[in-house]
Amino acid sequence: MSGPSTYEPKTGFTKWLDQRLPIVRFGADLMEFPTPKNLNYWYTFGGILAVCLVVQIVSGIVLAMHYVASTQDAFASVERIMRDVDYGWLIRNIHANGASMFFLAVYVHMFRGLYYGSYKAPREVIWILGVVIYLLMIGTAFMGYVLPWGQMSFHGSAVITNLIGAIPLVGPVIKTYLMGGPAIGDPTLNRFFSLHYLLPFVIAGIVALHIWALHVPGNNNPTGVSVKDVKKDTLPFHPYYTVKDGFAILVFFILFAFFVFFAPNALGHAENAIEANPLQTPAHIVPEWYLLPFYAILRAVTFDIGPIEAKLLGVIAMFGSVGILFVVPWLDTSKVRSMRYRPIAKQLFVLFVVACIGLGFCGANDPDKFVFKYGPDKLALIYTEGGTTEPKREIFDQYADAISAQGRLADSVKAKSAIEIHSDGFKWLWLSQILGAYYFLYFLVFLPMLGIIEKPKARPPSIAESVRKKHGSPAASAVNPAPQAAE
Amino acid sequence: MRFAKLALSGFAVLAIGAIGAAAIAQQPVTPVTPPVEQPAPTTAAPVDPNAPVTAPAATPAPEAPVAAPVPAVTPPQTTAAGGHGGEEHGGEHAAAGDHHELTPAGGWKHDGFFGTFDVNAMQRGFKVYKAVCSSCHGMKLLSFRNLGDVGAPFYDARYPNPNDNPVVKKIASEFSVPKVDPDSGGMVSVPGIPADRFPSPYPNAIAASVANGGAVPPDLSVIVKARNGGAGYIYSLLQGFVTPPAGLNVNPGQHYNAYFHGDTASQWVGKDPRSKPPGGFLAMAPPLVNLDIRLRRDCVEGAQGGAACNQDTFDDGKTTTIEQQAHDVAVFLAWASDPRTEARKQLGVAVIPFLLLLSILVFLSYRRIWRNVEH
Repeated sequence: MSGPSTYEPKTGFTKWLDQRLPIVRFGADLMEFPTPKNLNYWYTFGGILAVCLVVQIVSGIVLAMHYVASTQDAFASVERIMRDVDYGWLIRNIHANGASMFFLAVYVHMFRGLYYGSYKAPREVIWILGVVIYLLMIGTAFMGYVLPWGQMSFHGSAVITNLIGAIPLVGPVIKTYLMGGPAIGDPTLNRFFSLHYLLPFVIAGIVALHIWALHVPGNNNPTGVSVKDVKKDTLPFHPYYTVKDGFAILVFFILFAFFVFFAPNALGHAENAIEANPLQTPAHIVPEWYLLPFYAILRAVTFDIGPIEAKLLGVIAMFGSVGILFVVPWLDTSKVRSMRYRPIAKQLFVLFVVACIGLGFCGANDPDKFVFKYGPDKLALIYTEGGTTEPKREIFDQYADAISAQGRLADSVKAKSAIEIHSDGFKWLWLSQILGAYYFLYFLVFLPMLGIIEKPKARPPSIAESVRKKHGSPAASAVNPAPQAAE
Repeated sequence: MRFAKLALSGFAVLAIGAIGAAAIAQQPVTPVTPPVEQPAPTTAAPVDPNAPVTAPAATPAPEAPVAAPVPAVTPPQTTAAGGHGGEEHGGEHAAAGDHHELTPAGGWKHDGFFGTFDVNAMQRGFKVYKAVCSSCHGMKLLSFRNLGDVGAPFYDARYPNPNDNPVVKKIASEFSVPKVDPDSGGMVSVPGIPADRFPSPYPNAIAASVANGGAVPPDLSVIVKARNGGAGYIYSLLQGFVTPPAGLNVNPGQHYNAYFHGDTASQWVGKDPRSKPPGGFLAMAPPLVNLDIRLRRDCVEGAQGGAACNQDTFDDGKTTTIEQQAHDVAVFLAWASDPRTEARKQLGVAVIPFLLLLSILVFLSYRRIWRNVEH
């Protein structure tokens, strides 16, 4: 889509350089890159994410100068950064909250791609590279969360490494290599630190590929209609989109700054301010908010299917929920990119977003607790009668009734009976099963089916036409100030 | 575009508000001299609020001594001098996991965008920590010099290097710190200097556990960050040692606390489990029982007039009720958990309005650059 280069070196040096290393031309072409003129604010998150990556790498390099990767000193060294390093509190708050901001932006970016069909031909490779980046982000964030060596760091990493151990055949070996031994300790912390430092640069490399792949077919746009006429449909990236992205980045920074300066611990867990103690498991081990939906899917699988046990099945479902994103370009059979013109898909997409957010809440809550209760708590008299092993439960409203029923039991039965609270309600587990099922149905059933049964609405003939329609301009000769964009 | 217009006007309003608020917040936050006013006619030297503390405190006695104004087992409602609202202690609302923490009357001064720590409360709170908590709980992440940092309880602008601060020096010297003797190589206990860390009361976790019936007293350096509810939790817990409701069995060595994040179900015998009391059981005995004796000012005969000598007050004249002590030590611990809170908020109230203004300017540039483009 990018036409011939319009860059012309002017000075002697740039002419000389241009024939040897055309790096100035490369930069100039990036800035001139023809970009659809109808991109909305959802399209600014790519730029926001690039900034997030830079912020994380820069703040992380500074933190690594002060951090001590040792189980004895890690917790205290992070606190030392917060207390004694000049502006260490700022750098650390930026890095810790920056991870949350990064994921917030990446989720918006991914939902935008799913809504406008940005994964469809000819952009499949852009999408797949994006999913690779997302996977690397998850790995980096997980290992980064272990480094402060708090309670949630330690026990969270124990849960995840055990999951990997559940993979048949290779699982135990991978687990041992990951932990650097039979248990989580200094070797684990050291290799996590090493990989946490390495992976962001791998991400940066794949981001370069992601952008390269983007510059082959060019941006998708909210109509999903391909660029027909570069002069009428597009604008040069600079200054049009540098200024629009710049505005969005600043607004995003305001949110970021709110967390850094006024609620630095709001997105974390109080538990992680307690130094890791392998002998004391926290009551509720939960990951950071951005991984909660996958955690909910993991815990939603409480049943065996055939020879596959629930634990392994949960792991498969969790990895599958990310892995499925790789094949989305081929699951979606519709020829229409943008869901603006897909009435049914649009509604199912909104439900999909709701399901993802709902799964996040499921992941944060105890699966056996209730989303809502059907009524006030009752009492259950639990006892086992002679000859049977199945305990019986009798339900009472009044404590006096339960006591008198207990009194009527034979003495030997009564001694082993108990009166407990009996609650009945809708469990978080069930909600996570429903929403998790919807997550997979959306990709595996709805997207393939809709391409066949859905009747899309009429699309505009071109980007320029869609813009003109929106503004109600009668004339076909819209002012286009970018004739030099590409010839 | 409509969204952008709305956002623009919203930001403009916010920016004006934030700049106004930032101007208000520019009032000096850190006092030039320690604000604790000692009533005694001392010299201009910085005040030392620790003077009355004669020796490292013994473990608080579980029984209230004669002089204690409040029996150990009185419900917190009656001890609350600050007059916080009566909190529901009854069973029905208090399922485990439902935490209703107490809030001091008027809230926490350090809450909110412009909140700063109450310096007097921090100084009194440090005194409570030193007299009571420090006998079992360490603060290993803090050094004495931290007490003289900007925003810290004993900051004095005359001593930009906290190691020179005489109050901090005095406090440090009152703790004995284990060190290697340069002459013999053996361990000796010497008076601390500002660069030293707070000494931990036990050499290791095993010693702490043995001395406390199996429970290890947690380090208090980051305790406010490490508990849901934060300072409010500490404040409530210290007032939560109430008489156990009838029917609640308390094991020997355990103490019922209405605000502890625990569960009372297993000890609630012969009663409707739905009405089990809130809270849980702690190995820690009610700590703030006979504190009044240790915290009141030194009574040298005739030094300050006889009448003041018998009052149970802090150096600055605050009455040492349990509620007051719980509040003050919670403020001190909140500072200790995040000593850069004030610097953080002060920078925030400058950064966010700056970003708002810059984003408005960039938005206007955007409008100008795009003015002739239909999009």
